[in-house]
Amino acid sequence: MRRLGRWGPVIVVGLLVLAIAFPFYWAVVSSLTPEARLFEAPSLFPRQLVFDHYRALFDERNFWIPIRNSLIVAGNTTAFCVLVGSLCAYALARLQFRWKRPILAFILAVTMFPQISIVSPLYLLLRALGLINTYPGLVLPYLTFAMPLTVWLLVSFFRQLPAELEEAAMADGASRLRAFWEIILPLSLPGLATTAILTLVYCWNEFLFALSFTLGPERQTVPVAIALFRGQYQVPWGQILAAAVVATAPVALLVLLFQRKIVQGLTAGTVKG
Amino acid sequence: MRDADRTVGAESREARLAWAFVLPALATIFLIALFPLAWTVWESLHVHDLRMPWRGQPFVWLANYAEAMTDGRFWGAMLHTAIFTVGTVTLELVLGLILALALNRAYRGRGLVRAAVLVPWAIPTVVAALLWRFMFDAQAGIANAVLIDIGLMERPFVWLIHAWAAWAPVILADVWKMTPFVALLLLAGLQNIDDSLYEAARIDGAGPWRQFIHVTLPLLKPAILVALIFRTLDAFRVFDLIYVLTGGGPGTSTEPIALYTFNALLQNLRFGYGSALSVIVFVVTFGLAMFYIRVLDVDLTEAGE
Repeated sequence: MRRLGRWGPVIVVGLLVLAIAFPFYWAVVSSLTPEARLFEAPSLFPRQLVFDHYRALFDERNFWIPIRNSLIVAGNTTAFCVLVGSLCAYALARLQFRWKRPILAFILAVTMFPQISIVSPLYLLLRALGLINTYPGLVLPYLTFAMPLTVWLLVSFFRQLPAELEEAAMADGASRLRAFWEIILPLSLPGLATTAILTLVYCWNEFLFALSFTLGPERQTVPVAIALFRGQYQVPWGQILAAAVVATAPVALLVLLFQRKIVQGLTAGTVKG
Repeated sequence: MRDADRTVGAESREARLAWAFVLPALATIFLIALFPLAWTVWESLHVHDLRMPWRGQPFVWLANYAEAMTDGRFWGAMLHTAIFTVGTVTLELVLGLILALALNRAYRGRGLVRAAVLVPWAIPTVVAALLWRFMFDAQAGIANAVLIDIGLMERPFVWLIHAWAAWAPVILADVWKMTPFVALLLLAGLQNIDDSLYEAARIDGAGPWRQFIHVTLPLLKPAILVALIFRTLDAFRVFDLIYVLTGGGPGTSTEPIALYTFNALLQNLRFGYGSALSVIVFVVTFGLAMFYIRVLDVDLTEAGE
């Protein structure tokens, strides 16, 4: 019993890490397997590794186009949200005014908004403005989920900073605005970076809006491009998996690098005694 | 008197500054989220068929909602959404709790494990869906190969053409992707529980099981409720996963409500009817959130304060 108590958690965690990691391992191995071999009996350890699928992905399918589109859309959305959202979050975290709690509750409510419920007016609006299949036509809809997310995350980061900081600055005669620019913002750079990373990841992964408001490969983002991959005779699994690996690698890298901060940001905003 | 005046002045100056800071973000949210939502409601009261522009956009009161109430495909979609939500949320909470309890036992390498656990949550849902579709592919899939190897099956099984079997990869993919996230939320809750409480329970002679029932579960309740809310609302609007994995098929037997709404809008171009479905999705989501907040008494805005 005592031995189980000590080893039980390690075994549970070990199994779960294996279960989590296996699909990734399998995708990488399969993306390096020649197409003909994919349909033979699968073996856990590859006998032959080739880069054919990756070459085809970039040479024949121009996969750099969706990557460029995703970067442009995610980058612009994030930049706008962090700029505008940090002001809003600072006021909600540190300034005294009526309506503060209702505004917070409202912003939280919007983060839980089902995206599908505004697809129809956004489509009609973007069509009327001639923005279907354009970058602004994706950035605008993306603000619906990215803005509340950014504000919500930043509020919890700003709250963690000690209040004495601004008080000291203002006792020295600095205005609130200067205290914010010169003291709060520089000190919350880690929080801003984490928020920016999370917002980038959400935009990079977004599918429904990107599928609804683009028409062709020239503006499709990475998830849409992968989901709509078609082969001539059969599903081009090798290339799909290569694309999946390419789409996952940057996200996985960011998460691994910033995991401590990300976990803090995610859980501070949601759970606390 | 003078001092009081000055504080009132300072306070209103602070309030003015606060509004100046808050307004740009609030205005953005109003313009791109709230205004479109009102537009959806308005649109849902009309017949608006982009394929038949000559019919105009006649106002039809609640005719679209009446149509939904007698639409078998709509009720089917609601049922599929319920199956998916109950199935995935239950599995994710149970497995997430086990994983969180295991992670909470201090041991070396926890940071590494925590990072590994974050990765599936952070990758695009589309990618997760494709990985699981590939693993459940009839010919190339490893699921069939393993099941045949261990003698449970004699020949490859085509998972995605059977109405019930198609749920297996769908639910597994979601559980694989989201359980780690649930575990992280619960782990944060576990770490807030004071060790001295377990000490006290042990002195009172409580074994591990009774400690779990009487200390862990009650104190973890807020974290469990938050995870429950986020997962339920997320599962209810499932779209990407099923669009890519089964396309709602075979036929429409795994089609969730968000996918049916999408098809009504952008495949059939029936904007009036599709908007009515959108409003129903919104109302149900809102109702679920209200139910959780009122009945289960969760205050989400308290969090982080």
